Amino acid sequence: MQDDDINTEGVVKKFMFVNRRAPYGTVYALEGLEMVLIAAAFEQDVSVVFMDDGVYQLKKGQDTKAVNMKNFSPTFRALDGYDVEKLYVEKESLEARGLSPADLVVPVEVLSADELGTLMAEQDVVMTA
Amino acid sequence: MRFGILVNEGPFTHQASDTAYQFAKAAIGKGHKVGRVFFYHDGVNNANKLSEPQADDRNLVALWSKLGTEHGIDLVVCVAAAMRRGIKDDLLPAGFRISGLGQLIEAGIASDRLVVFGD
Amino acid sequence: MPMLHTVNKSPFQTTTLESCLRLAKKGSAVLLIEDAVYGALDGTAVSARVAKRMKELKFYVLGPDIAARGLGEAKLIDGVTVVDYGNFVDLVAEHDATQAWM
Repeated sequence: MQDDDINTEGVVKKFMFVNRRAPYGTVYALEGLEMVLIAAAFEQDVSVVFMDDGVYQLKKGQDTKAVNMKNFSPTFRALDGYDVEKLYVEKESLEARGLSPADLVVPVEVLSADELGTLMAEQDVVMTA
Repeated sequence: MRFGILVNEGPFTHQASDTAYQFAKAAIGKGHKVGRVFFYHDGVNNANKLSEPQADDRNLVALWSKLGTEHGIDLVVCVAAAMRRGIKDDLLPAGFRISGLGQLIEAGIASDRLVVFGD
Repeated sequence: MPMLHTVNKSPFQTTTLESCLRLAKKGSAVLLIEDAVYGALDGTAVSARVAKRMKELKFYVLGPDIAARGLGEAKLIDGVTVVDYGNFVDLVAEHDATQAWM
């Protein structure tokens, strides 16, 4: 039975995707990125947050040859082409890991936990992988 | 109110699918509509009818199937996540179908609330 | 716009609850489920952390998960409300959006 009794045509909601896991150790980061790409294809108002170990997803210089897994970090640089422009990194998570925006594969907006909490509270849908 | 549910884990290793099921049942009991449950990541394993728990254990695959068919819930298994894990059409219990990740986004748009259960 | 935060990890095992408390805004609700129910107990190393935000946030804990873990009679942090699955549904309905901290 399809849930098609609601017409979603033209409806734009604020979707936030919260990434809190490191890449490769589990599949959540990769499959989370797939969610973001689909939401963008549905022309939703997409924000992507990287906090806790999720900031490691954006670390420059990932080389996965020897672990024989797909390096998906270049896809973050392609998000712009899908009109996903709101990338946020939590300041506290970045600093706790000794990282700075210069260590990341893509330009991001660094927000404090307080600012990020405000942004989160403005969303219609918050998705977590 | 119309609810959408995302289940990110399979039926045994984590409690996520149990909690999601109890939530869905309670929502229906309160007169809400559960429009769609979307199964992603290892959550696609909730749609494997070859699963055979021991007789004294709950069978979440069967429970989801029953709840879905009785209450007209659209039980959708993510095609990309399913293919990776060997979940194919002929493994699906009644009430489940395989479709794209777009069905999750659409559930987010169509539902008044979307709730995520995972690990 | 108040939101509901669910947490499902023990605060003794991961920093998930801590991340939730860092972002949760005044007026929002936090529901502890599954292994996060250990965070609702009084007299532990994390009790003070939860109690510190009691004035700004409303804390709930899922009763069935407490009972399952043998904590049915345990003393909870003052101000934590025990709820069932039906109340969980109500909380989701009453808040504009839900974020799952996992």
